[in-house]
Amino acid sequence: MELLSGAEMVVRALRDEGVKYIYGYPGGALLHVYDAIFTQDDVEHILVRHEQAATHMADAYARATGKAGVALVTSGPGATNAVTGIATAYMDSIPMVVITGQVMSHLIGEDAFQETDMIGISRPVVKHSFSVQSPEEIPSIIKKAFHIAESGRPGPVVVDIPKDMTTPTERYEYEYPKSVKMRSYNPILKGHTGQIKKAVDMLLAAKRPVIYTGGGVIMGEASEQLTELAQELGYPVTNTLMGLGGYPGTDKQFIGMLGMHGSYEANMAMHHSDLILAVGARFDDRVTNGTDKFCPTAKIVHVDIDPASISKTIKADVPIVGPAQAVLKEMLEQVQSSKKEPCADSLKAWWEQIDEWRARHGGRYKTDDTELMKPQHVIEMLSKVTNGDAYVCSDVGQHQMFAAQYYKFNKPNRWINSGGLGTMGFGLPAAMGVKLNFPEEEVVCVTGEGSIQMNIQELSTISQYDIPVKVICLNNQSLGMVRQWQDMNYESRHSQSYMKSLPDFMALVESYGHVGIKVERYEDLEGAMREAFAMKDRMVFMDIAVDPFEHVYPMQVPRGSMRDMWLSKTERT
Amino acid sequence: MRHIISVLMENEPGALSRVVGLFSQRNFNIESLTVAPTEDETLSRLTVTTIGDDRVVEQITKQLNKLIDVVKVVDLTEGDHLERELMMIKMKANNGTVRAEIKRTADIFRGTIIDVTPNTFTVQLVGSSSKLDAFIEALGTSNIMEVVRSGVSGIARGEKILAL
Repeated sequence: MELLSGAEMVVRALRDEGVKYIYGYPGGALLHVYDAIFTQDDVEHILVRHEQAATHMADAYARATGKAGVALVTSGPGATNAVTGIATAYMDSIPMVVITGQVMSHLIGEDAFQETDMIGISRPVVKHSFSVQSPEEIPSIIKKAFHIAESGRPGPVVVDIPKDMTTPTERYEYEYPKSVKMRSYNPILKGHTGQIKKAVDMLLAAKRPVIYTGGGVIMGEASEQLTELAQELGYPVTNTLMGLGGYPGTDKQFIGMLGMHGSYEANMAMHHSDLILAVGARFDDRVTNGTDKFCPTAKIVHVDIDPASISKTIKADVPIVGPAQAVLKEMLEQVQSSKKEPCADSLKAWWEQIDEWRARHGGRYKTDDTELMKPQHVIEMLSKVTNGDAYVCSDVGQHQMFAAQYYKFNKPNRWINSGGLGTMGFGLPAAMGVKLNFPEEEVVCVTGEGSIQMNIQELSTISQYDIPVKVICLNNQSLGMVRQWQDMNYESRHSQSYMKSLPDFMALVESYGHVGIKVERYEDLEGAMREAFAMKDRMVFMDIAVDPFEHVYPMQVPRGSMRDMWLSKTERT
Repeated sequence: MRHIISVLMENEPGALSRVVGLFSQRNFNIESLTVAPTEDETLSRLTVTTIGDDRVVEQITKQLNKLIDVVKVVDLTEGDHLERELMMIKMKANNGTVRAEIKRTADIFRGTIIDVTPNTFTVQLVGSSSKLDAFIEALGTSNIMEVVRSGVSGIARGEKILAL
């Protein structure tokens, strides 16, 4: 058997796990590991400019592929800078392995230089964490870390490695385990057939059904099964922010996103439904609005791989614990073999009602109240120019909601955004992580002039590794979502929500060697966007001036029911 | 309602902090907590008493089960069970009347006097938490110098066990 140092084992284990890229930033506690990286070619290291970006790159890779991304950061500030990225992945159940350096074991607890209790700091935002106690454990811990991160309900795993576990002169036998067995961790592999039968009976008897799906369908690779089941039944489908792309966005059965900024028809359909089939979604507060008023006439079938998600906020009538793919497959089989069929008359009436709702609002927005460009229009143009086929990595705020509403995602894993934590600064590194792994695909970062500045230093990483992402910056010169809430709830007192002294983004991106395109008029938009996407091997930053007074609608009225919405600045349901 | 939740978990460093962290992170309440290794030294048994409605307690057991270090979880209060807590209570006992009174009360509660000095008695008492509360109430707080309670341990009655 081969003898390797702890540092070499870390890198070798990553190679044996099939990892191509790791994203990181070196530092004292990791110098042995970085030396081991230097002496091999299997695993390529991408040097970011801030550790948060490393975690977002790893996270976005995972969102696009379903496989765990890997970040490598040093102890102390390296580790704490990674915490936002870990929490981002945790909230959206994204598999990630974060390797953190730690001070030498004998110094732990002595407030040594760059010491921080990373296991403690990260504990509330990891699926699990490991602290390496002896170098021989490294291969099995890394194997377990990937297994835990990727299986069951995925999530981030931290592996904290004290520097003396990686000493180059101390060598140990290396063997990467082929499989993992843990008595305390056995993720469920299929749903309960009896429960599925009960659910199918209810589905087939429903008069006003809605299928509501979330990120579990995306990460659970179940969009094919979902599409088949929904089309077999002919029922309307709504996706959460995390679930977009789980069902084809341009299909007639798709009624849009639901929730706080969901479509009018999706929220109305939910409120009036008599049966909700929820799959891989967690009834969070941005979806349900006031839980006491939530969908008063609906029975709820809830499929989730995490039993703790079921009946956490909304009581499920039929809970089904299991992976979305396996459960939906079994549901479809049962539906097909059932003697019963959905009631055609009820379904026809239900669709007529939904189409009436669709006609009432249908994602319209005002265009005649200003000379300025509408952000919604920019996203629609983006959808058109990229044929709805790009990987869209979003930052957080109004632009995120516009992207979710107006970009039509027909495929899963292409809408990449921080849904749960709402992390500004996510978009650019996320786009980088995707583009690096899918160099032939169009990868766009939709952002605003606020969010982009939270990780703008990564323009430098883009230069170093030639990562030609396209940035669509909806520049409204204000923190739009904050401003919208201030308009609606604080009599337009715009406390700290506008951005004074914005940089000249053109000059800024050009200084990093990238291309900047500024757009201020509707008539220039399409041409400029096509020009940007024609530059296949250049990073292009489009600074697009949009109406700073625009709001995101629909918007649910706080603590109301699903159907209580503002539809425009003046119109309420 | 009060629940006694028993947790069998890996006897690993950090496992306890994950359990305790979970309670504070999710705003669950801890009334008492005890933990020690079992006959199998790779496993620890933790007992936590908590107060919450059915929805909260369901969440507590589900969230505990999700922790990677946790092997099994049972809510003992769902079935017949035994609960015991140990208390040591140090009291001022500097005259004959008080000493006699403490001795008599301890006997009634089947407590044992485990330490005696000219001015103090220390009584050991084992029982349910409410029995220990009743003992404190019976003696009155004026003579109490110090109270230490172990927290609740529990076990199911009959053949039902919490094991691997």
